Amino acid sequence: MFDILFERGPDGALYLVWLLSGLGWTLALAFFGWWFAFAIGIFVGVNRTRQRGLASFGARLYVEVFRNTPLLVQLFLWYFVLPELLPVAAGNVLKQIPPPWGAFVPALICLSFYTGARVAEQVRAGIEALPRGQGEAASALGLKPSQVYRLVIVPQALRMIVPSLTSEVMGVYKNTSVALTIGVIELTAQARQISEATFQTFAAFAWATLIYLTLALAVYQLMSVIDARLKIPGLQPTASRRTRKPPLDTGLISPSKVALPSGDRS
Amino acid sequence: MNALDFSVVWQAAPYLWQGLQFSLALTAAAFVIGMVLGTLLALAQHFELPVVAQVARSYVALMRSVPLIMVLFWFFFLMPLVIGHLSGGGRPVPIGATATAFVTFGLFEAAYYCEIIRSGLRAIPKGQYEAARALSLGAIKTYRLVILPQVVRAVSPILLTQTIILFQDTSLVYVLSLTDLLGAASKMSQINGRLVEMYLAAALAYFLICSSASQFVAHLGGKIRR
Repeated sequence: MFDILFERGPDGALYLVWLLSGLGWTLALAFFGWWFAFAIGIFVGVNRTRQRGLASFGARLYVEVFRNTPLLVQLFLWYFVLPELLPVAAGNVLKQIPPPWGAFVPALICLSFYTGARVAEQVRAGIEALPRGQGEAASALGLKPSQVYRLVIVPQALRMIVPSLTSEVMGVYKNTSVALTIGVIELTAQARQISEATFQTFAAFAWATLIYLTLALAVYQLMSVIDARLKIPGLQPTASRRTRKPPLDTGLISPSKVALPSGDRS
Repeated sequence: MNALDFSVVWQAAPYLWQGLQFSLALTAAAFVIGMVLGTLLALAQHFELPVVAQVARSYVALMRSVPLIMVLFWFFFLMPLVIGHLSGGGRPVPIGATATAFVTFGLFEAAYYCEIIRSGLRAIPKGQYEAARALSLGAIKTYRLVILPQVVRAVSPILLTQTIILFQDTSLVYVLSLTDLLGAASKMSQINGRLVEMYLAAALAYFLICSSASQFVAHLGGKIRR
């Protein structure tokens, strides 16, 4: 039953190739989406920490809008609504992007902006958790405000928030599956196609699920390694992150090793 | 570009309202199922019950690594086969998209609520257990009267935030062609051809609901921390 991957589909290709092509689209969306989101997140997160001004207001508005609408709705707005709202010529350019890029590009933009808003909140939390003395000391050394952020504040904040960024990275690859609604044939969609072609629903979904599990494990390991390398000794973002001793020494309860979930949007 | 005409949204309002009611019902049901099951999963791990704790841990890890759409498909396409197999007939028993959505969201959210409650359980100071013991409360009374109320209070902002995300995620029942708020907007736009207005209206509705709920959670969080 699980050997369906080595059978040939109606197009002559192995179903394994179908699944791998789906994985390729998933990874492409997740990889590029993550780096765009990271860039947006740092830029907006820094502006969120300003006291006043247009940039601060704009950053706040962006975060509010993109965190308070469902991902699928945002995707439909980018894919269906944006080309209609733009001037006719620009709208037609968007609509005439050849497949599969016509669906991939909106999905990538959507995922980047959606995740970017969430990363921005983490960056802001990281910056606000830094001791004030860091910025003050940097100014006292004669650094300009932009240099204070670029050389002192942001690098330290980023090193602190690696653990909470793990859940955002996991979110990116999971959210790529939403792109199937506009016709990106990524992993989940490909699993469905295989199940429809072979009627081996269980095997098709089991393989895709296995790949998702492997991805999750890989992301988790990778982020642990990055965190171990970048962690600032003695400086942790929140006190609640430390592990606790078991409450009662009854032998009933053993200490748990799993880190706190980063309260998705506190 | 045609001029936007939002009067079509008013005409579609009753239908959209029905969709929204479905979204809210799904959210509420998933919240209740998820909380009950999530608390049980968290307690199983907290007490390190043999075997059960391992199963709970694997279940939570599995649900948290797989996209929700994938889980929806699992239940939608495989539950009929499994039920058919178990009932002996061997023939698939259709359980319908609506039932699939309720079951899936409940089971899926349980994994997320479980992690939140577990984090709350770990944050209770040791002295609370010792004090309960000094008052000679039994294990059940300790948890029911002392520990769990504090856990719920401490993590309620995170729980509510997760519930807002859950409400947003209910829009994914679109892949099962159900008529939630987004599904209603989508189906209406196919009838009246006003896709732009319908989707913008749905987005605005989601935004208003979620952002006011977020404001409330932020207010509540400030109150609890004080």
